[in-house]
Amino acid sequence: MRKIHHRIIQISGNVITVEADNVANNELAEVKSPRGTSLAQVIRIDKSRVFLQVFAGSRGISTDSEVRFLGRPMKVSASDALLGRIFTGNGAPRDGGPALEENLVDIGGPSVNPANRIIPRNMIRTGLPMIDIFNTLVESQKLPIFSVAGEPYNELLARIAMQAEVDMIVLGGMGLKYDDYLYFKDTLDSHGALSRTVMFIHTAADPIVECLLVPDMALAVAEYFATEQGKRVLVLLTDMTNFCDALKEIAITMEQIPSNRGYPGDLYSQLASRYEKAVDFERAGSITILAVTTMPGDDVTHPVPDNTGYITEGQFYLVHGRIEPFGSLSRLKQNVNSQTRQDHRTLMDTMIRLYSEYKESLEKQSMGFRMSEWDNKLLKYGALFESRMMDLSVNIQLEEALDLGWKTLAECFTPTETGIKTDLVKQFWPKDIQQA
Amino acid sequence: MNENLLTGKVTGINGNMVSVAFAERVIQNEVAYVLMEDGTRLKGEVIRVRGREADIQVFESTNGIKVGDQVEFSGQLLSVELGPGLLTQVFDGLQNPLPELAKEAGYFLKRGLYVYPLDRERKWSYTPEAAAGAVLKAGDSVGSVPEGIFRHRIMLPFDWNGEWTVSWTIEPGDYSIDTVVAKVRQGSEERSVTMVQTWPVKVPITCYKEKLMPKEPLITQIRIIDTFFPVAKGGTFCTPGPFGAGKTVLQHALSQRSEVDVVIVAACGERAGEVVEILREFPHLEDPRTGRSLIDRTIIICNTSSMPVAAREASIYTSVTLAEYYRQMGLHVLLLADSTSRWAQALREMSGRLEEIPGEEAFPAYLESRVAGFYERAGLVTLNDGSNASITICGAVSPAGGNFEEPVTQATLKVVGTFLALSSERAHARRYPSIHPLDSWSKYTSLVPADKIAMARATLRAGNEVNQMMKVVGEEGTPIADFVVYLKSEFIDSVYLQQNTFDPVDSGCGAERQNRVFDKLIEVLKKEFTFPDKNQARVFFQKLRQEFIDWNYSPWKSEAFDTALGRIDALLNEAR
Repeated sequence: MRKIHHRIIQISGNVITVEADNVANNELAEVKSPRGTSLAQVIRIDKSRVFLQVFAGSRGISTDSEVRFLGRPMKVSASDALLGRIFTGNGAPRDGGPALEENLVDIGGPSVNPANRIIPRNMIRTGLPMIDIFNTLVESQKLPIFSVAGEPYNELLARIAMQAEVDMIVLGGMGLKYDDYLYFKDTLDSHGALSRTVMFIHTAADPIVECLLVPDMALAVAEYFATEQGKRVLVLLTDMTNFCDALKEIAITMEQIPSNRGYPGDLYSQLASRYEKAVDFERAGSITILAVTTMPGDDVTHPVPDNTGYITEGQFYLVHGRIEPFGSLSRLKQNVNSQTRQDHRTLMDTMIRLYSEYKESLEKQSMGFRMSEWDNKLLKYGALFESRMMDLSVNIQLEEALDLGWKTLAECFTPTETGIKTDLVKQFWPKDIQQA
Repeated sequence: MNENLLTGKVTGINGNMVSVAFAERVIQNEVAYVLMEDGTRLKGEVIRVRGREADIQVFESTNGIKVGDQVEFSGQLLSVELGPGLLTQVFDGLQNPLPELAKEAGYFLKRGLYVYPLDRERKWSYTPEAAAGAVLKAGDSVGSVPEGIFRHRIMLPFDWNGEWTVSWTIEPGDYSIDTVVAKVRQGSEERSVTMVQTWPVKVPITCYKEKLMPKEPLITQIRIIDTFFPVAKGGTFCTPGPFGAGKTVLQHALSQRSEVDVVIVAACGERAGEVVEILREFPHLEDPRTGRSLIDRTIIICNTSSMPVAAREASIYTSVTLAEYYRQMGLHVLLLADSTSRWAQALREMSGRLEEIPGEEAFPAYLESRVAGFYERAGLVTLNDGSNASITICGAVSPAGGNFEEPVTQATLKVVGTFLALSSERAHARRYPSIHPLDSWSKYTSLVPADKIAMARATLRAGNEVNQMMKVVGEEGTPIADFVVYLKSEFIDSVYLQQNTFDPVDSGCGAERQNRVFDKLIEVLKKEFTFPDKNQARVFFQKLRQEFIDWNYSPWKSEAFDTALGRIDALLNEAR
């Protein structure tokens, strides 16, 4: 029986300080207060003073509340029994099912050895031309959806999840609205995907510290299924900005010097240690991470999207319900888009470049300048591009989308105007289409 | 535990900083090990001493450390091992070979596991070069072994002061690195030389005669760099840019195409996936200069973003020390550090834990001097034997929010010779490499005559002005002469500044070819065109661009090259 401590000498924010000996860094403890029992985790030790982050918050904790150290770090049960289940951020059942205690694994484990990684090589088809042609999603990629409140990012996340060919899904919800939680649950259920899904859900009403645990719990489970069972796991995290705000809250409580807009200096490392769990294991499964990052004030230079962008392998910008071609990027697309079809890369680059010129013409037009012949061609092209490629309701396979791309070019331009290499023009330029 | 080592006891843990009470003495920056109850030994470095308490930054996760845990002080500064067998290796920031760690620990890194950087068993074919009686100084060759295509010099350890007389040398033959290959004497003292020596990473190796002004261009085969913003062998350059601007693709292109002997890639706090590409692809890529695999000239130091932060700080020093070691052999080394911002962030994290008074954006006040100290380790030198060798450093910078005003970018710009500003507008418009032609600068000399570059630059600037003007007055309000200037500037951009890294031909443009293509470009710029209207002008330049792009994609000195050139000339002759 481990010793019970009663001397809480400081309560500040969600962090309490207790005097105790023989405590290990990151160890778990149980804090018993009149409000109930909560888990807490050691985050700093200074001689005999131990700082604990209380998962349920410090409200109602008294200076003589009981603190009992458990002698182990935070763990999560990893087994097939998880499938179809829903948990809170600290691993307690949210769905009324039994608590799971078997095969406990550490959360927030060490990084994968880079020497054991392999180059991602499998495209994940989504049926969205903006993704499949222009920013191909690749197995083991980590990719955020940058968006602002009000955009249908959770719908997009759910749609990609449903259409992507993976073995199982782990959903980590942080600060989710209860409606959004129900939306995910219902969508997964109606597509018959619930039985291959594990959910760790922290809703906006739950204690903030539990929010911090969600990604680690979700990823520890994903790692188990990928390495032990060879599964291709898709991890969905929404919304990582809430996770960062929880980090900020703790850092400020701990009187750390903030680096940028109140966020702690290690924000980058904190995010990276989670996102970098996306990996394709040699001779085992893979983990692909799709996350939502809402940009406060639609500002991509805000520390959260900014640090995220430096970590992830690209990003999808969701603006006005469409995936924006500028700024959206899949860094791994080169790994797969050379094997899809030989015109894929050139078509991708050309269409985007012309769309960018279209935007310039559009600007000129809005300022009332006369449109040259070239401008008019671009305007026609831009409108077609938006309706055929960018609209999220479009759901076609990659090859069909590429053909549609050539058709669009041929309807608007002559081959020279597109600047495409001559041999590709010879092979792919539709001969039966006349410029209108 | 070793009886002779000094020890201490853990008194506090704050993130990766552990406070230790000690009884006798500690040395600033010495290596210390925390011994946990389960027997794990975690490596760390002393970074501050106050009273009888030392603060150690631990290079691993500090989970599970307890107050009262034993600490062992090694008495040695953080050092790397130098010897044959470094090339082709993949190390972490503390010089542990990652493939060896993988063999022992599996998929995941295991803390407290340290492996010798160099293979102790492997035999090297050793040839003595200094005969008995020869007088040597630190850094002079005792003998050599072949390492891939290089003659790997076995040198008198860099920290042996004064002159040493060779008293004995081993016979030529195959030996492992720990074999004593020579003995040297100074007065009454005799020391043994093996093929391996250690060196503290934070101290520059300076066993050379003098440092020279970098003059000779380093050919990167990237047109916009070599022609417009050249880099010199022994120089420094930086590539700051927001995310998505193509920093990493550019670094990869540099690591593959640059005409240097040895490339050291320091992946510092960046994505692991990017290192994997190098790791898995380089063995299969041929170095056109030597015909050997690219990995034969490469060392990778890999401390990616999810690996421990404190080791990230060390990784930059580890990589530059290895670069200095190969420079001592008379080789030209290119060090690519991606990204120095992550290194600066590691400094910031530690500074915060030390509760130092923060500077701008919470970076420590000594940020600038650390950045300068790192870049100053580059340079072209004359070695003791009279040969020249160099280290060129390229630092990627990842400014927060893409804002170049931030402290790391500013500290870097003060000390580098070339600034390649990566722009997200260019990247969004798919104009790669996205180096901004008007914002970037270089203090080194180009491989193209200066007057020609001045002309191209003037056109680019004028074209930009016309473009700005057109946004206000519209195309119809722009005189056709100005419009042609604009078209010419766009033409330079699309056929010369832009280059396709993924095309086997276009990705590498040698010095000779650059001069050739640039001359043709100048011919176009000089030519006075008269077009009846703007639309025809645009159509003409679109055609010309098409022909030029086909030319760029045709192999150097091939038939296709000449045919494409012929078509360009024909087109130019047609135009009045």
